[in-house]
Amino acid sequence: MLTVSDLHVSYGAINALSGVSFTIPQGAIVTLIGGNGAGKTTTLRTISGLLRPRRGSVTFRGEDITALPAHAIVARGLCHVPEGRMVFANLSVDENLAMGAYLLRDRERIARNREFVFGIFPRLKERLRQTAGTLSGGEQQMLAIGRALMGDPAFLMLDEPSLGIAPRLIATIFEKIVEINRTQGLTILLVEQNANLALEVSAGAYVLETGRVVMQGPSAQLRDDPQLRATYLGGGPVG
Amino acid sequence: MTEFLQQLLNGLSLGAIYALIALGYTMVYGVLRFINFAHSDVFMIGAFAGYYLGQRVPAGTLAGGLAVMAGAMVICAVLGMAIERLAYRPLRGAPTLNVLITAIGVSLFLQYTGQLIFGATPRTFPQLFPAARLSIGPLSVSSNQLLVIAVALVLMIALQLIVFRTRIGTAMRAVSLNPNAARLVGVNNDVVISFTFGLGSALAAAGGILYAMNYPSIDPLMGVMPGLKAFVAAILGGIGNIPGAALGGLLLGTVETFVGGSAFSTYKDAIAFAILILILLLRPAGLLGRFVAEKV
Repeated sequence: MLTVSDLHVSYGAINALSGVSFTIPQGAIVTLIGGNGAGKTTTLRTISGLLRPRRGSVTFRGEDITALPAHAIVARGLCHVPEGRMVFANLSVDENLAMGAYLLRDRERIARNREFVFGIFPRLKERLRQTAGTLSGGEQQMLAIGRALMGDPAFLMLDEPSLGIAPRLIATIFEKIVEINRTQGLTILLVEQNANLALEVSAGAYVLETGRVVMQGPSAQLRDDPQLRATYLGGGPVG
Repeated sequence: MTEFLQQLLNGLSLGAIYALIALGYTMVYGVLRFINFAHSDVFMIGAFAGYYLGQRVPAGTLAGGLAVMAGAMVICAVLGMAIERLAYRPLRGAPTLNVLITAIGVSLFLQYTGQLIFGATPRTFPQLFPAARLSIGPLSVSSNQLLVIAVALVLMIALQLIVFRTRIGTAMRAVSLNPNAARLVGVNNDVVISFTFGLGSALAAAGGILYAMNYPSIDPLMGVMPGLKAFVAAILGGIGNIPGAALGGLLLGTVETFVGGSAFSTYKDAIAFAILILILLLRPAGLLGRFVAEKV
């Protein structure tokens, strides 16, 4: 569904990505793991059009989207939930959700999407009038995902959904991510520093290190890889 | 007491004009984080558009006056969008200082192109609307003054509805809060920015005509002083804050008028800048502005 090939991205003289390639099949949850500065967020920002690659291409549903502006990429059904959530802090929860459906004109469809989002995150319905900036970190993450779902995406990219969130909410949010994938057939690219969690919910994984893919394979297999365990999973025996 | 009310009315009608101009500064600051110094010259062009259009409609009629105002607003909206497209958009992503200097350049360009085309000699602005002097109790009010307040009020309510009730208005607020997040939900930020310039410039045009009606002499440099004061008004209310700009404009106009009517009348023009210094020292975020603590 999404093919990234030979992506090179730099910030000034610093290379952030030096030839990243991967493929994500329709309907799957695939994860990108790697340490700080490995290039995970840069990869997502380049796919969604916030950054321009120096070289390489991004193909989505058979179309080359490398040069498209960000808003045109969203319009094609590829939605990016950014790191740090980026909810519109001064807008209400309601307005944030409305912004998620910015490209939809059909009121009925928007109403259906709202009900769907409330079904997944009932908390948002309780907080509808509240200003988004006053929500807890976990609630903001729910809102960010809910906002993305309002636009009826076919492909969702989630950047560090567990970052800065109370542990018991992390479990809830990951359950919901899996649920959305199962029930809606939504393809998901998940970037996560918590590699254990990411490998648990995903089918396949790519490991990034200093802007390159250094390892890839089915998540179940990578979970048992001794080298990976030592680097990213805190070592310990295979559980 | 009568004099107080009289001055209050004068102040509010001047303040309403400052408010209309200040809204343009504050909206553009909201979406692009820079001060569009050319805004005061769009205000001037608005007055000149009113002057020329005014020759094509019967003078002193309500319908004619409103038509002229609408025409000038459209002309300035197009001008504002053209300025953004040609001068500021190529600098997207450049340091704010570069954009700021460009804005000063555009401002000078408009002023001196104005002198070339319109000439530097001041012209008398025509009486577009029916004129009358009304007596409300002991107060003597010109119909122009009431018109200024009424038109400004209607425009500000319309703006409030656009910004808080429409899809493009919500997008404006979203772009202002987080441009990248707005792009990620599918907002074409360039369209929103262009719309913001159009909206602000239309308000400046209305302000230019209302100003010219009350101080009926126009020239290509007429925008400088009211523009600076409206800028102060926007800072006073809290730059980027729409109700703040309206409040700041009304307050500044009122204070200035009262100072002008007092023993310190020579300081009438200085008072705006005294207020600017005070607000920057005491409450730099402005009356309605807030420092937003970033929550990571």
